[in-house]
Amino acid sequence: MLKSPTNRSAPFLSRIARNQLVVVGLVMAVFLVLLAVFADAVSPRDPLAVDVAAALHSPNPKEPFGTDRFGRDLLSRVIHGSRVSLGVGFSSVTIALVVGTFLGLISGYFGGAWDIAISRVMDVFFSFPVLLLAIAIAAMLGPGIENAVMAIAIVYVPFFSRVARGPVLAEREKEYIQAARVIGASHGRILLRHIFPNVLSPVIVQASVTIAYAILTEASLSYLGLGTQPPTPSWGTTLNEGRTYLQLAPWISIFPGIAIMLAVLAFNLVGDGLRDALDPRMR
Amino acid sequence: MQRYIANRLLTMIASLLGVTIIVFLLIRLIPGTIVEQMMGTEALTSYETVESLRRYFGLDQPVYVQYYQWITRVLVGDLGHSWRTAIPVLEFILSRLPVTLELAAIAIIVALLIGVPAGIVSAIKHNSPVDSLARIIALTGLSIPVFWQGTMFILVLSLAFRWAPAMGWVSPLKDLGANLNMMLLPGFCLGTASAAVIMRMTRSCMLEVLRQEYIRTARAKGLAERVVLIAHALKNAMIPVVTVAGLQMGYLLGGTVVVEEVFSLPGIGRLLLWAIYQRDYPSVQGTVLFVAVMFMAVNLFVDVLYAFLDPRIRYA
Repeated sequence: MLKSPTNRSAPFLSRIARNQLVVVGLVMAVFLVLLAVFADAVSPRDPLAVDVAAALHSPNPKEPFGTDRFGRDLLSRVIHGSRVSLGVGFSSVTIALVVGTFLGLISGYFGGAWDIAISRVMDVFFSFPVLLLAIAIAAMLGPGIENAVMAIAIVYVPFFSRVARGPVLAEREKEYIQAARVIGASHGRILLRHIFPNVLSPVIVQASVTIAYAILTEASLSYLGLGTQPPTPSWGTTLNEGRTYLQLAPWISIFPGIAIMLAVLAFNLVGDGLRDALDPRMR
Repeated sequence: MQRYIANRLLTMIASLLGVTIIVFLLIRLIPGTIVEQMMGTEALTSYETVESLRRYFGLDQPVYVQYYQWITRVLVGDLGHSWRTAIPVLEFILSRLPVTLELAAIAIIVALLIGVPAGIVSAIKHNSPVDSLARIIALTGLSIPVFWQGTMFILVLSLAFRWAPAMGWVSPLKDLGANLNMMLLPGFCLGTASAAVIMRMTRSCMLEVLRQEYIRTARAKGLAERVVLIAHALKNAMIPVVTVAGLQMGYLLGGTVVVEEVFSLPGIGRLLLWAIYQRDYPSVQGTVLFVAVMFMAVNLFVDVLYAFLDPRIRYA
């Protein structure tokens, strides 16, 4: 039950490698990113090419995932869907990370009124169920991929702010920070050079888990018709379109769902593994 | 204890004020104004109607006046009237509430029934194949979109048993069998992701507790392993699990929107979507506010319960 001491002192990378699940997750994530980047090259057909004569083909050797009601090749649409999912996931999480971490740093470092103001506002956002808030914001901004990114970014800002604030509070009072202050380092320099590195690892863990959630949230919004709009081949949108044909053409509802699951699983595995490696308590 | 509760109530009131401000401002995110959204292209032609509607909704007033007018009505339970049906929004919500509450209740029961035992087994068999398998299943459960899982269930059951999601809703008081027939599956779908979260929490809390000295003492005394696990370890490990289960209620309140849509259940979630599609903004506003307040109430309850279960928290 007790870990051997060598385990604790093992270098970070070997600790990650030991956890095979992270490797699996990383491989899956890299594969997805490559798929998204080279979507045009690997897709058998144009995801938007309509061919009504070939509508609702069931999976066959030429069209492994079948076709939808417009005769569009589902495999090509699922491949291109990775662009939407990863694109929305990465961009919304980047926004949330930058804004949230900044707020967390300010809140923890300056304390006092700043801390109270920022933390209270974050508390307010935490008072909404995440998906409900995302739906409400997306609905009000209007459907569309940019608005979905905004909605998802907004709801995940508080998570980064909270994760960043903790370590800042712990570091702020330490001697090397006092020393930096005494020799006249500016607040900006102290925050960036001395405090930020301490915040980095929890923020990275949070980011990989949040990408998984962001992909799920985008899929949910698009499924409800509030995210990516047709004809853009988003996984959620395709699942929405498949509802009408569930009995007639179940493949439309099957493959995009598997794609979502694998993408989310990939980032969950990475996030989980990183947390294990960076936070010894969780092992 | 009273001081802790009073303190917690005060912060909740502050957050509640913030929540009302956000819900109020939500409507202002709409491109253009609600009047133009409502009237569509007609707004371009009939300037007078636009102006009178603007006056009707108080849009000619400064924002803080509008907020004051809105909040004073909300405080006495008046969430306004639905634009599409003229029904008071609160009445609308309350008529849909039982469906959503039942769904969430079934989901949390499912989540606890699966999550807690799986977490315990996983912790006891730490680092064994059983543990790895349970962790992988839990991560997969977290990764499956609720709406897709629901769709797949409907697909399989309709092919195998010609089962179809029911239209409408039957109260469990009227016909329990028919009610469960339509509610169990959606509740199960909604509950699986939470089961994964609860399993992971149970597992890590059990592991944490099992490392402690008093467990070693209990074992050294020669107590049966079952007694050590259940009477000594589980009791303490469950305290954080209670919190997580409570917080999952919030996730479930958001998730019901999607699940109700998949299974065509007439709950608050479908009401919200209907209101969004219909551009019935007072209903959107009212529903979001209602669910957020419900979520906050659950959180408050969980915090108080936590303090009650774990006396250390009161000194923190």
